[in-house]
Amino acid sequence: MASITVLAVDDSASMRSMVSFTLKGAGYQVVEAVDGQDGLDKARDRRVDLVLTDQNMPRMDGLTLIRSLRGTPGYQGVPILMLTTESSQEMKAKGKAAGATGWLVKPFDPKQLVSVVRKVVG
Amino acid sequence: MAQNSGQNDGDMAQFHAMFFDEAAEHLERMEALLLELDIERADSEQLNAIFRAAHSIKGGAGTFGFRDIADLTHEMETVFDRIRKGEMPLSPELVNAFLTSGDMLKALLAHSRGDGDAVAAEEVDALCARLRAFLEDGSGTASAAQRHALELIFGPFDARFSSKDVDAALSDLADFGVMQELPQDPPKKGGRKKAVERRFRILTEVSQSDMVDALGFMLPTDKVKVNALEPGAGSAGAQLVSGGAGDAGETQADGAESFGLFVDAATLPANRAAAAKGAQDAAAGAPAKAGVTPLRRDAKPATGAGASADAASIRVSVQKVDQLINLVGELVITQAMLAQTASTADPVLYETLFNGLAQLQRNSRDLQEAAMSIRMLPMSFVFSRFPRVVHDVAAKLGKEVELRTVGEGTELDKGLIERNTDPLTHLVRNSLDHGLESPDEREAAGKPRKGAITLRAYHQGGAIVIEVSDDGRGLSREKILAKARERGMAVSDGMSDAEVWALIFEAGFSTAEQVTDVSGRGVGMDVVRRNIQEMGGRVEIESAAGIGSRISIKLPLTLAILDGMSVRVGGDVFIIPLGYISESLQPTADAIKSLAGGQHVVAVRGDYLPVLSLAQAFNARAEVERYEQGILVILESEGAKTALFVDGLVGQHQVVIKSLETNYRKVAGVSGATIMGDGRVAMILDVAHLVGLANSRLGKAA
Repeated sequence: MASITVLAVDDSASMRSMVSFTLKGAGYQVVEAVDGQDGLDKARDRRVDLVLTDQNMPRMDGLTLIRSLRGTPGYQGVPILMLTTESSQEMKAKGKAAGATGWLVKPFDPKQLVSVVRKVVG
Repeated sequence: MAQNSGQNDGDMAQFHAMFFDEAAEHLERMEALLLELDIERADSEQLNAIFRAAHSIKGGAGTFGFRDIADLTHEMETVFDRIRKGEMPLSPELVNAFLTSGDMLKALLAHSRGDGDAVAAEEVDALCARLRAFLEDGSGTASAAQRHALELIFGPFDARFSSKDVDAALSDLADFGVMQELPQDPPKKGGRKKAVERRFRILTEVSQSDMVDALGFMLPTDKVKVNALEPGAGSAGAQLVSGGAGDAGETQADGAESFGLFVDAATLPANRAAAAKGAQDAAAGAPAKAGVTPLRRDAKPATGAGASADAASIRVSVQKVDQLINLVGELVITQAMLAQTASTADPVLYETLFNGLAQLQRNSRDLQEAAMSIRMLPMSFVFSRFPRVVHDVAAKLGKEVELRTVGEGTELDKGLIERNTDPLTHLVRNSLDHGLESPDEREAAGKPRKGAITLRAYHQGGAIVIEVSDDGRGLSREKILAKARERGMAVSDGMSDAEVWALIFEAGFSTAEQVTDVSGRGVGMDVVRRNIQEMGGRVEIESAAGIGSRISIKLPLTLAILDGMSVRVGGDVFIIPLGYISESLQPTADAIKSLAGGQHVVAVRGDYLPVLSLAQAFNARAEVERYEQGILVILESEGAKTALFVDGLVGQHQVVIKSLETNYRKVAGVSGATIMGDGRVAMILDVAHLVGLANSRLGKAA
């Protein structure tokens, strides 16, 4: 399959590494960002096919990143999944309002991550 | 959390170390914030930060399978969420419960790292219960959604149906609650066991309708039935089903599905790509999204980007750093020897050579400084533990204390940082226990009820000074002298304050009326002094009755190099660490007095100091026979002084310290050695020992 690039945004290095390792193992290219601002910068620098973002991060949180991405040329249609341990209805509603494509609750199993990413971007 | 295969466990383990480091940092931050919190008017930013710290640890713990850590942080997060939203008040009990939780998390992390003993599950449960109790005591907002029992019936499946999907569904369901498989209805008489149905009972917060939706992701909807159950129904004789890897534990509190979409699945690239497969293959790698403007050409490979985000620091083993510093030290010695050799040459004739050597000297010094600085860490590493120590000890002693730190950015060699922690802790505890008065005493004395302890670090010349000071009652001269006399020590009322304070460093000395379990056993201060001396440093005490005390620790910036004064005795050169030198002078014959027993003393500005001849001390042959032909170097160590008699001064150098002990053996009076520019070895004097020697001889003679 031609390379599909996933942008993984999370302030935890261990989470980023785990996501990166898992998705690369499944054949995806992965770009890591350490917070919302870094994610936005990296998204502007290159094309990504899917964005996975945590919610609680310094500098810019996940919801703000999602809104900013939706306002960025080229990112209206790119799927964005929120990764979060907060899976309340309230958070889901906020995510939807911000323009997220869907959500994935942490902790997740690596296999689960791969299957979800496949469901979304193939 | 479900870990489905052995392959995953090994792979995930490589990220554990990262998680442990992150968790440790979050815990440090959380403790510091908890101690800073103003309970009456808590800063919302601080509350949020504490919440986020617990939240982050929980996320990683859950992901990497550290169930106990995840459970405890979940409770902490729940409580703190209420607090930061203003739904619950903050209290000292709560802060203490959190501090204790932080301690337990450290223990749990240490155990998971393989660094410590296991924490009993009952202890963890008890602490979780204690945290939950706050939720009930707090304002009466409803706690997390009630759990209820649902019956799930999967099937009937015919023989063709793959059990993999059911297994996957079961492992996902484990996240929603506690699952039990119920015994199947016995097959009807004569019926074939063709159609297989499986029944489960799940205790979960997920509503019945949400459960139906969630299961719709996992299994064909006609094969799934969800019924509400009375709690407890159907649990008799049921078998516990684990979701995978023995993990049949806690549910996610909000009981939501683990994955969901806000949009129609048909709009997802995966599905659109499948539909337009032909076009997809043709377009090399670019996703076929209508109306998407291509961004800047992908310049960097995606794999490189991940690494750059974390390239701010590198972990290096201490041995590698030490080896580097050792090699740099050798380089400096070689460069010094070259300089020495060249010094006899004609600078005009060999101008280029001299320029090169000067350049080499600059480069070597810069390299040496850079190498040293790798090992330098800021004092904050040492100071950071004290807010907690002060908080706990002050509480235990019933005293109100404010801790101030100044100069946390001051840097010190890593090896010294670690060795300073114990002495400083002892000094701080002493201040808390003996120095600071109780709030009532302080008020009676006209002082603020809150005592102040200040930790200060700064650079002075080539040394670092670390001060522990308090505004307490100060040392009592009378009590110390009395105690000294009691112990048979040779003291006189004419001793200077500095000399009296120095008495408390004697082994077994303590004027505390009661030995508290915090300090006062009298085994501390002598150990403190010895530790400091072994680091090449010195301790000094200043105190004023009713005002307070200040203990200063002076240490060399690093163990590897030394600023010294070289002196000559006969054909030998000795190095005196500059920090101990008060002054040097050429004595007049009448300034030297003899005492019975052959000791000499010299009058310096009214004080009589013992004279120690270096030649005699080391059995060297002095060139100079009469005092007035040589030089006296006045040394000071722990309040005592000595005049060291040498042939002459050579110069001031920065020398690389080589250990005599590792290359030969320990020699009294010598703390190390170095190689001079001419290639010869010079001994570095152990000034504390020599001053002690001279003064004890004086004591005997007097």
